[in-house]
Amino acid sequence: MSYSINMTVNGKEVTGEVEGRTLLVQFLREHLGLTGTHVGCDTSQCGACTVHVNGRAVKSCSLLATHLNGADVLTIEGLADGDKLHPMQEAFREYHALQCGFCTPGMVLSAIGIVDDNPDPSHDEIRHELEGNICRCTGYHNIVLAIEAAAKEMRG
Amino acid sequence: MYDFTYQRASSQDEAVSNHKNADDARFLAGGMTLIPVLKQRLDKPSDLIDLGDLEDLKGISKDNGNIVIKAMTNHHTVNYSDLVKKHIPALATLAGTIGDPMVRNRGTIGGSLANNDPAASYPSAVLALNATITTNMNNIEADDFFKGMFETALEEGELIESISFPIPEQAGYQHFPNPASRYPIVGAFVAKTGGGVRVGVTGAGPCAYRQSEFEEAWSDGNLDPERIKDIKISPEGLNSDIHASAEYRAHLVNVMARRAIA
Repeated sequence: MSYSINMTVNGKEVTGEVEGRTLLVQFLREHLGLTGTHVGCDTSQCGACTVHVNGRAVKSCSLLATHLNGADVLTIEGLADGDKLHPMQEAFREYHALQCGFCTPGMVLSAIGIVDDNPDPSHDEIRHELEGNICRCTGYHNIVLAIEAAAKEMRG
Repeated sequence: MYDFTYQRASSQDEAVSNHKNADDARFLAGGMTLIPVLKQRLDKPSDLIDLGDLEDLKGISKDNGNIVIKAMTNHHTVNYSDLVKKHIPALATLAGTIGDPMVRNRGTIGGSLANNDPAASYPSAVLALNATITTNMNNIEADDFFKGMFETALEEGELIESISFPIPEQAGYQHFPNPASRYPIVGAFVAKTGGGVRVGVTGAGPCAYRQSEFEEAWSDGNLDPERIKDIKISPEGLNSDIHASAEYRAHLVNVMARRAIA
């Protein structure tokens, strides 16, 4: 069975026809061509598929697209302002908080969620809040430093 | 995932009646367990009844000596609630240990209780605090709710509306997380209320249960960890898997209960 849905993705109104079982990540990648949101594990462990829905970080591999009819969605493609990176993206670049980059879109969206909840997080708090994002390259150290630096920048 | 008919309920009555009229429906709350289960084709419902729009089922309030949490309230909301932090801080702490931030932003207390995963955190708090679960049909006492692995007292089509937690004089929660999934291998919630001392244990058995030996040792209300230190818990009937043997879980029950109030 097919369902008509509409949502706001990165500030733009989008519509689509999906099945009941279509996941948000499938809608983003396959219907809208927004392939910056990655599927890592497909078992809701790794966090590579993290996006924001109505301002909160969520795993797009574990949500139905139909469930989010009318929602406001932010993906990695919607963060930068033209050529100007979001402070979190800039901090990941500055602190070399990535190697292969596969986990990075989810890491960056999760990291922004962490700072939204806690504008001045400690290293321990950052590590606790990063439990839902797996990186197999960096050992997390530079990711923690990047989030700390971006939090400072975002506090202004 | 097998396909299904998706229905988005606009009222609780509509959700219940649509569930009744479907062949084999499931209520969809936060979906943090149900969607992964469907993705693995471990379940094949005819219909999903989405409760996401039911604002009446969200929120936290104080009612006399109780904190009442509505079923569709997510873990993040409980974790950050000023009311919960003030009156039952152990419950706010517990909510902040469930899954990870993305899971806490979607997963709900009602969904967790209805699912009754052997390693879910909330059931230990419901038992220790002697909470009452209100559904569209009944008020169910904590001791009557958890029936076995993924089994509860809920009947087909019965929907949890809210959970009422008596405010304790003292309470604490600790769990030993599985390093990969972060689910409790064993978790213990200890609470002292007007009704006495109760201890809820999760992760150790087929579903959460009360540890009566500890409750007896603390029955005068003095929650001294030393009093239970030498009480040996039998591993018989406890879970045993790749992560921890039944003997190890039995040991952890004692350690977690002591840490909960340390």
